Amino acid sequence: MSVVTVQLGQCGNQIGYEVFDTICRDLHNSQGFCCKRENEVYQASCKEHFFNEERSGVPVARALLIDMEPKVISQTLLKAARSGRWKYGQHSHFCQKQGSGNNWAYGYSVHGPKHEESIMNLIQKEVEKYDSLRGFSTIMSMAGGTGSGLGAFLTQNLRDAYPNSFIINQIIWPYGTGEVIVQNYNSILTLSHLYRSSDALLVHENDVVHKICAKLMNIKQISFRDVNQVIAHQLGSVFQPTYSSEGSCQYRRNPLGGFKDPALYTSWLQPSDAFSEWRTHRAFNKYEKSAALVSNSQFLLKPLDTVIGKAWNMFASKAYVHQYTKFGIEEEDFLDSFTVLEQVVASYCNL
Amino acid sequence: MAQSVVVQVGQCGNQIGRCFWDLALREHAAINKKGIYDDSLKNFFRNVDTRRNGDGVDISKGKIRSLKARAVLIDMEEGVVNEILQGPLKDIFDSKQLITNVSGSGNNWSVGYKVFGSQYRDQIVEKLRQTAEHCDCLQCFFIIHSMGGGTGSGLGTFILNVLEDEFPEVYRFVTSVFPSGEDDVITSPYNSVLAMKELNEHADCVLPIENESLFDIVSRINQMVTSGKPGTTVKPESLITLNEGGIKKKLQEKPFDTMNNIVGNLLLNLTSSARFEGSLNMDLNEITMNLVPFPQLHYLVSSLTPLYTLADVNVPPRRLDQMFSDAFSKDHQLIQADPKHSLYLACALLVRGNVQISDLRRNIERLKSALHFVSWNQEGWKTSLCSVPPVGHSHSLLALANNTCIKPTFIELKKRFTRLYKKKAHLHHYLQVDGMEESCFTEAVSSLSSLIESYNELDVTKGLPIHDPLRLNIVI
Repeated sequence: MSVVTVQLGQCGNQIGYEVFDTICRDLHNSQGFCCKRENEVYQASCKEHFFNEERSGVPVARALLIDMEPKVISQTLLKAARSGRWKYGQHSHFCQKQGSGNNWAYGYSVHGPKHEESIMNLIQKEVEKYDSLRGFSTIMSMAGGTGSGLGAFLTQNLRDAYPNSFIINQIIWPYGTGEVIVQNYNSILTLSHLYRSSDALLVHENDVVHKICAKLMNIKQISFRDVNQVIAHQLGSVFQPTYSSEGSCQYRRNPLGGFKDPALYTSWLQPSDAFSEWRTHRAFNKYEKSAALVSNSQFLLKPLDTVIGKAWNMFASKAYVHQYTKFGIEEEDFLDSFTVLEQVVASYCNL
Repeated sequence: MAQSVVVQVGQCGNQIGRCFWDLALREHAAINKKGIYDDSLKNFFRNVDTRRNGDGVDISKGKIRSLKARAVLIDMEEGVVNEILQGPLKDIFDSKQLITNVSGSGNNWSVGYKVFGSQYRDQIVEKLRQTAEHCDCLQCFFIIHSMGGGTGSGLGTFILNVLEDEFPEVYRFVTSVFPSGEDDVITSPYNSVLAMKELNEHADCVLPIENESLFDIVSRINQMVTSGKPGTTVKPESLITLNEGGIKKKLQEKPFDTMNNIVGNLLLNLTSSARFEGSLNMDLNEITMNLVPFPQLHYLVSSLTPLYTLADVNVPPRRLDQMFSDAFSKDHQLIQADPKHSLYLACALLVRGNVQISDLRRNIERLKSALHFVSWNQEGWKTSLCSVPPVGHSHSLLALANNTCIKPTFIELKKRFTRLYKKKAHLHHYLQVDGMEESCFTEAVSSLSSLIESYNELDVTKGLPIHDPLRLNIVI
């Protein structure tokens, strides 16, 4: 059961590298706090999920690297190869010479259609390697132009081409006080489009991860590498295989204490149905014990509402809109996006 | 990786250009120890095998053979260009990249634009096409010129039009040196206002520079260097005002060079994130995307820090924060302007060297409360982190501000123009040129007035309470 990871844009590729590196390190840990056989089963399953075997013996990540300019992909391929433990496929990347300029419209309306055939062919070739394709996991930021715009276009295409596979989008939510000035426009356009084609959006907020680095990990000078490694750890612990000792993927419906409170859940969902627990005996990344929580809650309501508010504020003055209309995204497209997202906010509010 | 072409026009444009190419070679030499022609060099330089006949064949990979600048040098006098071709940089240019004349434009915009423009149009297009053909992905033209004279101002803005017609998809970044109040060219207000109309209509982005500001920066550095105070020894290679050649020469020999090097460094820092790797890249198309909210408002005030690095190796974080504070001080701006007390439409911070995202965030948090941002862009920051610092520094910062503080520059320009135009002083020099009429003047000043008015409309909103517009009302 394989999952193809699609790394999009600078952010997607930088994080993607850290994810595979983390999984590979975890994979090679002899310290699993469990029995040898359990460890072997875990390792085999992990390898199968995330890596292809090659004749050279060095595992090849099941990933595609896509960017519209070459610098980041070159760096990423080099770093992986240098590690000696794993690498990316020789022909697993697609890049162009000039980036999307932080312009969602350019990523979606220009780069998307222009490179649709090449990119879908690349994906098709990768998919053909597997007996059974579970689905796709994309890693992208919302703030820029390629991850966000081309990412949204690609997700639609994946949905059309592979209607029976799941698509989960890992979305990096930018810092509130700005990395990109038009990040709020790019965010609302991305989210509204992904809503139509994606199965799930797994959100990582830069502000939150930054706080983790500062307060919980006590890092003094936090770099993007630190931030990306935290995100990779979180993703790794969620996606690593979970097993019962019989060696098949099962989950047990045993809610841990503390998650039973009905106040946490909606009226139409029983706590026992809403909360699922996956247990694995083999430790992740040398932690004696670790837990990862993935939740669908009102937690993201405030950030979402804030982004919509700022984008609307800017849109009311029409600032920067000419940069989008230049490439075919009109004011109506903005309004459509706002409408979709206001509905999402309202739905979550009504829970 | 995309490429850029520099078009240097007129005396000022070519002198700044010369400094820029010198600094660019020095920067790449410091980083590229193995002599391999890599992607970062490819941005501004071709790699050519000059042993073969003809133009020299482009070599896209491998060892550096012969670097050629992606540049077109244009002047209606020969002096400056000849000096470049005989100087230490002569090997990076070839005769096919030049257009020169002997007579000069007589400090007359209309001679530069109308006379030489029409005379040289075909040659200009041909040279530009040749340069573009050597690029596999041409992204940006950098035009360097002054506003106050005849060639840089007139022919320079004519070329801007040509670039828009012939290469509409390629960005046009213009570095314009504005005349100071005591400019010895009497007609500089006419030339500047006529040129402004072209910049308004045909440039994607303009970086205005004023000699007074460059001079002030140079003076401040000289004071520092000669002060003799303990703990103030400066690393000579880190001075923003000296280049490779300059270190060996005395400061007095080429006074304008020290000022021109500042502009050269501006261009290097502007393109650093496009050329070198980093954890948060910023390409040139991202500059216009983020800093130009409305097509007409594309004038960016720039500031560079640090101006020098002290020889003391220990650089505590406090010094790093000082770099950010300096970028917002009026003493570091490259034009006479005070962004702190005017209204920001947008601001970009291009950081180089050993600076991480937390340093950036800490300083943005610290500084933003003292700055006024327009109501619809309260968090209008665009940031980039490039891993490679400039020569002689461990880190540096280029701040680009789209700020209403540029309005006084334009108002002053309009005043000086009106003073002359009211008396019709020197007007006959312009009107006797074929194709020039009084309407050229009235249209130009009208374009400038409308620009000033746009800034006024924004300034009025400064300090007013912000009322967020009503959100869409959704019925479930």
